[in-house]
Amino acid sequence: MKTLQRAGLALAAPVLALVVAGIITSLVLVAAGDDPAAFWETMLAWPENRSLVNIINEASVLYLSGLAAAIGFRMNLFNIGVEGQYRVATFVAAYFAAQAFLPGYLNTVATILVAMLAGAAWAGIAALLRVTRGVSEVISTIMLNAIAVSLVAYLLRKVGSREGQTIVTDTVPQSGWIPGISLFPDSVTDMYGLVFLAVLAGIGFSVLLNRTRFGFDLRATGHSESAAVASGVDVKRMVIYSMLLSGAVAGLIGMPNLFGVSHNYGSTIQTGIGFAGIAVALLGRNHPLGIAAGALIFAYLSEQANPLGILAGISPEIIAVTQGVVVLCVVIAYEVVRRYRNKLEQRAVAEALEAPGPSKEVTA
Amino acid sequence: MTDTTTTAAAAVSVRGVGKRFPGVVANHDVTLEVRPGTVHALVGENGAGKSTLMKILYGVQKPDEGEILVGGETVHFSSPSDAIKHGIGMVFQHFQLADNLTVLENVVLGAEKLHGIGDAARTEIRRISDAYGFGLDPDELVEDLGVGERQRVEILKVLYRGAKIIILDEPTAVLVPQEVDALFENLRELKSQGNTLLFISHKLDEVRAIADDITVLRRGTTVTSVKPADVTQHQLAELMVGEELPSPSTAESTVTDREVLEVRDLQVDDAQGRTVLSDINLTIHAGEVLGIAGVEGNGQTELVEAVVGMVRPTRGVVELSDQDVTSWGTRQRRESGVGYIPEDRHRHGLLLDAPLWENRILGHQTRKPSVKGGWVDKAGARIDAQRIVHEYDVRTPGIDTTARALSGGNQQKFIVGREMSGDPKLLIASHPTRGVDVGAQAAIWDHIREARRRGLAVLLISADLDELIGLSDSLKVILRGRIVADYDPQTVTPQQLGAAMTGAKTAGEEA
Repeated sequence: MKTLQRAGLALAAPVLALVVAGIITSLVLVAAGDDPAAFWETMLAWPENRSLVNIINEASVLYLSGLAAAIGFRMNLFNIGVEGQYRVATFVAAYFAAQAFLPGYLNTVATILVAMLAGAAWAGIAALLRVTRGVSEVISTIMLNAIAVSLVAYLLRKVGSREGQTIVTDTVPQSGWIPGISLFPDSVTDMYGLVFLAVLAGIGFSVLLNRTRFGFDLRATGHSESAAVASGVDVKRMVIYSMLLSGAVAGLIGMPNLFGVSHNYGSTIQTGIGFAGIAVALLGRNHPLGIAAGALIFAYLSEQANPLGILAGISPEIIAVTQGVVVLCVVIAYEVVRRYRNKLEQRAVAEALEAPGPSKEVTA
Repeated sequence: MTDTTTTAAAAVSVRGVGKRFPGVVANHDVTLEVRPGTVHALVGENGAGKSTLMKILYGVQKPDEGEILVGGETVHFSSPSDAIKHGIGMVFQHFQLADNLTVLENVVLGAEKLHGIGDAARTEIRRISDAYGFGLDPDELVEDLGVGERQRVEILKVLYRGAKIIILDEPTAVLVPQEVDALFENLRELKSQGNTLLFISHKLDEVRAIADDITVLRRGTTVTSVKPADVTQHQLAELMVGEELPSPSTAESTVTDREVLEVRDLQVDDAQGRTVLSDINLTIHAGEVLGIAGVEGNGQTELVEAVVGMVRPTRGVVELSDQDVTSWGTRQRRESGVGYIPEDRHRHGLLLDAPLWENRILGHQTRKPSVKGGWVDKAGARIDAQRIVHEYDVRTPGIDTTARALSGGNQQKFIVGREMSGDPKLLIASHPTRGVDVGAQAAIWDHIREARRRGLAVLLISADLDELIGLSDSLKVILRGRIVADYDPQTVTPQQLGAAMTGAKTAGEEA
């Protein structure tokens, strides 16, 4: 009963947010003269097998991005720089892997570690600035995003080679590729072999946060920095560690695609995953399962929106509006639910204390 | 001063007012008659419902039932501005003044329409100040004013807005005894000129000194109304508490010669480089409670934070059991046996949105039973949280309840229980019983005394002079960041302490 109520409240906010976002999207469609019925028909149709695979792939990448953002969020650190960290890390990793310093899968493992290090290093710049100079990590990571994009583009021209319209790094040796997993025989796309990387990262995130002393310090700092300081947490050190960790996870974002599909870093790399990760983390309440749900919802919306133009004559860009509104609504809905829950709890405390009357007084 | 007004309409009548809140002691069936031109005291423990009633009278909260009459006429306030329209003003315990503005600017802020912001306003402020003997200069900056003067600015603010009925929320809480006397002079002057004052307090000697009528609130309802002449302070206390009033006094001395904390030549500068604490020397032995008296903001916070390791001293040495710990961080000091009951439990003592069992871990992140190696020992933390709830009589439905949902007194009891865990050598207790009810206060005192008997050294900072005198084995007075006097708690009086705290007399007096 009690747990049921708790679970119900936990689900209330995201469901509420999704419904409101749906209504607002419909209103926008009506206002723009499009047909909301056609929109919903397309959006709510059961995805084709090919789309299902795409949703899973997209979600796994978004999940990693969401986790990276959530690590910072859990201690009130706004790492807006996942985008930049992921680009730098993926580029460095692709370059490293192509050198084939190590044979076969050893190269894969080493590359993944290099990607994490690169992501961590890029995030570390913001952490150092924050700790030594008091620069807000929001500002510095946004700046570092811009720098990352330009720096990678510049370096790509140095080390890459032209392939059609794009410039790409050298191809990763085939012995280190992680083949896709075929979910449906009729689907032209396969599930990333490295989907398990997202699962592992999620489990690791959960264990680290809820089971370890480090995780407790991190959450305590997020709850109340002043209380954490008084309890003996070295907040500066925590800022550095969590920022590095956030960057390291951001470094993983590009790995499933690098080893599964593209096998190089090209100028057509998917952009915006880092930013979407922030939204996914917010939607998932920085909770490992919540982020997974958020990632699936975002991936579903993006994938289902693709045929909107053809089937419903509606520009698929509308779905970015929906996603944005979902995030806005979810922030509000969580706050509303949080207050309601506080009230419920205070009432429960009051009732529990009223019931037996002023039982025992004073004395120890 | 006279009783001739009893037949006239009451300045304020509260009849059967009730207010329900989740988790807070609600008001129910509150009945109160405030005669015009009197000082009416409203007494009750923390959590007895004084603030709720006050908020209802000032239009911050709407009552669920009952009626309120002002001057015989039923009123319904939906905001403080409605209350002001009916001549009710409120002086808050925590001043709501902008330091960087002048008295004039603070007073006219939000009331610009009354007399403008220029000379007309200045004249009016002078008139009020002179009429009641406030002695305020409209053009002085508030940051240059003392606490008593700031309070007079607050009172002037409500008079300026035309209030004839003034609610004062624990006005003496922030004042030292001499300032209290000055305030009471002002209040008598206000009364003699026809104003009605509603004085909220739990300091019974003060209430008996100033009030014409006293109404006692207990558990959310009015228990009785009495005349100060008809009750002794003891009777009043029992009405308020509904039981015997505890006393903080410690029986026999348990002081040993083993030094636990030694602070030498300590100096702390703030972020702007101003020296906020200097030449601090103190020693606390096992089994000794050292009390620090002082008006708030005279360096107590910095002293505590320097001992806990939250701020780095500019100069000086902190030793724990003869070991130099000056360069240690808070965690290392806590690990070596320092417990810390912070002044502000919400900011420094609790994770409000985390359950109690997680709060058990706070400050003990590296120690058993809540942690094993690098891992959180959930089972251990839960069992020990349960122990604290039981031993310290924390009223909560369970250890999964978030800290926020508990009342202040219960939060404080939990913190005290946690900080006493693992047998600390030194306890730093900042206002350990602030904002807790009498029952919890007695329990906390008992726990401190018991631990002292077992050899705990305690650094006690408090604004409650009775608590300081009653619990301490030795007393020091801090003023402007320096220790200015030493006293023997056996012989010192609150008046002597008050004088030293305000610098009226700085010569140390040793017994």
